[in-house]
Amino acid sequence: MSKKLLLEKAHVENIRLYDVYRREGGYRSVEKALKTMSPDQVTEEVKKSGLRGRGGAGFPAGMKWSFLAKPEGVPRYLVCNADESEPGTFKDRYLMEFIPHLLIEGLIVSSFALGSSRTYIYIRGEYAWIVDILEQAIAEAKNNGWLGKNILGTGFNCEIYVQRGAGAYICGEETALLESLEGKRGNPRLKPPFPAVKGLYGCPTVVNNVETLAAVVPIINLGGDEYAKIGVGRSTGTKLISACGNINKPGVYEIDMTISVEEFIYSDEYCGGIKNGKRLKACIPGGSSVPIVPANLLLKTAKGETRYMNYESLSDGGFATGTMMGSGGFIVLDEDQCVVKNTYTLARFYRHESCGQCSPCREGTGWMEKILWNIENGKGKMSDIDLLWDIQRKIEGNTICPLGDAAAWPVAAAIRHFRDEFEWHVLNPDKCLTENYGLRHYADPIHVPVA
Amino acid sequence: MAEEKKLFKVTIDNITIEVEPGTSILNAARKIGGDVVPPAMCYYSKLKDSGGKCRTCLVRVAAGSTADPRPMPKLVASCRTNVMDGMIVENITSPAVQEARKGVVEFLLINHPLDCPICDQAGECHLQDLSYEHGAEGTRYEFNRRTFKKHDLGPYIQLHMTRCILCYRCVFTADQVTNKRVHGVLDRGDHSEIATYIEKNLNNDFIGNVIDVCPVGALTDKTFRFKNRVWFTKPVDAHRNCDKCCGEVQLWMRGDEVFRVTARKDVYGEVKDNSKGGPGWICNECRFEKKNASDWVIEGLSDISRHSVISQGKYPGLVKPKETVVEVMNGHSPKLMMNIHSVSEVNKPEIELSKIAGPAHSSDFNSNNA
Repeated sequence: MSKKLLLEKAHVENIRLYDVYRREGGYRSVEKALKTMSPDQVTEEVKKSGLRGRGGAGFPAGMKWSFLAKPEGVPRYLVCNADESEPGTFKDRYLMEFIPHLLIEGLIVSSFALGSSRTYIYIRGEYAWIVDILEQAIAEAKNNGWLGKNILGTGFNCEIYVQRGAGAYICGEETALLESLEGKRGNPRLKPPFPAVKGLYGCPTVVNNVETLAAVVPIINLGGDEYAKIGVGRSTGTKLISACGNINKPGVYEIDMTISVEEFIYSDEYCGGIKNGKRLKACIPGGSSVPIVPANLLLKTAKGETRYMNYESLSDGGFATGTMMGSGGFIVLDEDQCVVKNTYTLARFYRHESCGQCSPCREGTGWMEKILWNIENGKGKMSDIDLLWDIQRKIEGNTICPLGDAAAWPVAAAIRHFRDEFEWHVLNPDKCLTENYGLRHYADPIHVPVA
Repeated sequence: MAEEKKLFKVTIDNITIEVEPGTSILNAARKIGGDVVPPAMCYYSKLKDSGGKCRTCLVRVAAGSTADPRPMPKLVASCRTNVMDGMIVENITSPAVQEARKGVVEFLLINHPLDCPICDQAGECHLQDLSYEHGAEGTRYEFNRRTFKKHDLGPYIQLHMTRCILCYRCVFTADQVTNKRVHGVLDRGDHSEIATYIEKNLNNDFIGNVIDVCPVGALTDKTFRFKNRVWFTKPVDAHRNCDKCCGEVQLWMRGDEVFRVTARKDVYGEVKDNSKGGPGWICNECRFEKKNASDWVIEGLSDISRHSVISQGKYPGLVKPKETVVEVMNGHSPKLMMNIHSVSEVNKPEIELSKIAGPAHSSDFNSNNA
């Protein structure tokens, strides 16, 4: 049983309500931070904790906070990114739905550290019912003196507002989120200037993921150094993983990043193995944008070492043989799944969600989708596979925001690791409509050359 | 000393220039001029916040600055990246940039109707120029091109959404030049389009300028529609007293007939500054209503690049600049593009270098080996 910090109390009855949450030790971190620490000390603890952004990029949160410009007389904002729209990722939803006060608590401490007296939660439009849950939690917190003016008599004022998005994946990109929050079209901004200098309404802003901000609570309670002892290497603390796909127990799990991928998939504590006794074919371990890997590269790295569920180990081997931790949307594909179809589905998603602002992403995502549809439906040509590769290469890195990369990586990884499945589709245009390529060699042990 | 403004030294394609801090890489390159200027489809120097979208101006920053000489990890949009002191930029010298630009041009063209033969913009279209310079001969796109529901923008402006490259210039123009914007970008992704959400005419006094800023044939002059090809008309500079705008325009004439009125444009296709300073935007009255030569005081022929199709066969009797090379070389003909074999006695042109396995060595050229 690994250590739980965020979901420890998630199963206490009525933890959603303030009284229960407070009884279980909630809001201790606010008391500790506001009464005994200075804002800089809070930031220092977060830095010491080694907490990395949980939204996908894994950028150290403390470092992000320290980049925040602090000009005199200009308000600063903290914005919580709850626009969780990555296919396969649903950890923030769980957190906000079941223990909303944990997020509110983290937001108050973080707002104190960053000097934000108006803090926003930008929540995905489809999470309509969670808005009510959060607003109830905010009202409860306010009634009990944790929000509003002069919190705990320290002179610190803070209000939290919840803003609902209108159903665009791109608004999870931090600058598009800020545009949308300002009431404009959700187009990503060009960087620089970064939000830390010019963010919401042109003021310095920090945008953090829900889970990142919730993790500030245990960091303050335990102390940054204690928190950093959990986990391994630069992957400190605990991470929420939302597991889905062909597994026996889909759901949200909190892991301390020391377990192996194999244990995560097969142990009864977590996913409980592949459904119906099938064999594992492939996995997208960090949400739809990260590279898909075949079973053999998922469980072992190219060097033959065991792969663990943490930032470093999952990305071991780079894009050639590794993948990414991403946002923790763990999608498992069994032997009956078709990688071409899966790639097509993702390409369709990115085509639909591209904001259309810059040319490579606007035009390239649609092109890739059309070619993948052809291949999936037995109308592809051999040259289409190379064409796809060329298109993704010309999108990647050439766009304003990371959506272009996110659209290119899954296609690139699918071709890199599953090229023979694509070729099989091209060579068997009739068969591919009724059959799947199956597992083939994708789970075979990888030959590790002796150095 | 303290009052002296510090200039940033920036090197673009091995050409060093000093520019003021806050200058973008693109504008620094424009100061150098010539081939090192990256093409820009969406950036428009007269429109604030424009640029960054089309990605044709991508360049590689090989060194960020003297203080931090690390290269930038990705290609950057030169129109929106400011220079730093000691920055080294590669544009035409970087194969990666050329490759990426070719990709962008391909992306811009896959859904473009390529209806240049019936497009009023042909001949002065930036996308045409861009495709000639950076595009491929054929397309790899095998699907139906995108179409849109037609929107009517009123009696003056014709919208062809299929030609649009979503540069947002017309949106910025409506925001910054007119007092109220009634059109914008609807929807998102590859189905985003320029339109008025409810059918509405664009009739602001200065809205006609969206035609001039449009780099392609998406927004064209309805009063000029299918009237003539631009290269058959002769551009002349003219002015009139206008109480709304500067009144300094370019007339596109054939004989005494005025076919079209536009603002005057510079080498980058942007509206020139007028004589009183400030961008020479013109009003709708000048643009659409004054189609008689007698409405205007004609100043003379406009300066059009010799390489533009518009100047082709236009000015009979035009004096070609004199060849001066022979004169300065004491009567010798220039040998600028000479074949090295014809002047060198060392090499043997009959030896095919590509057929030699490995690097060529002096022994390969020995007479007994040949």
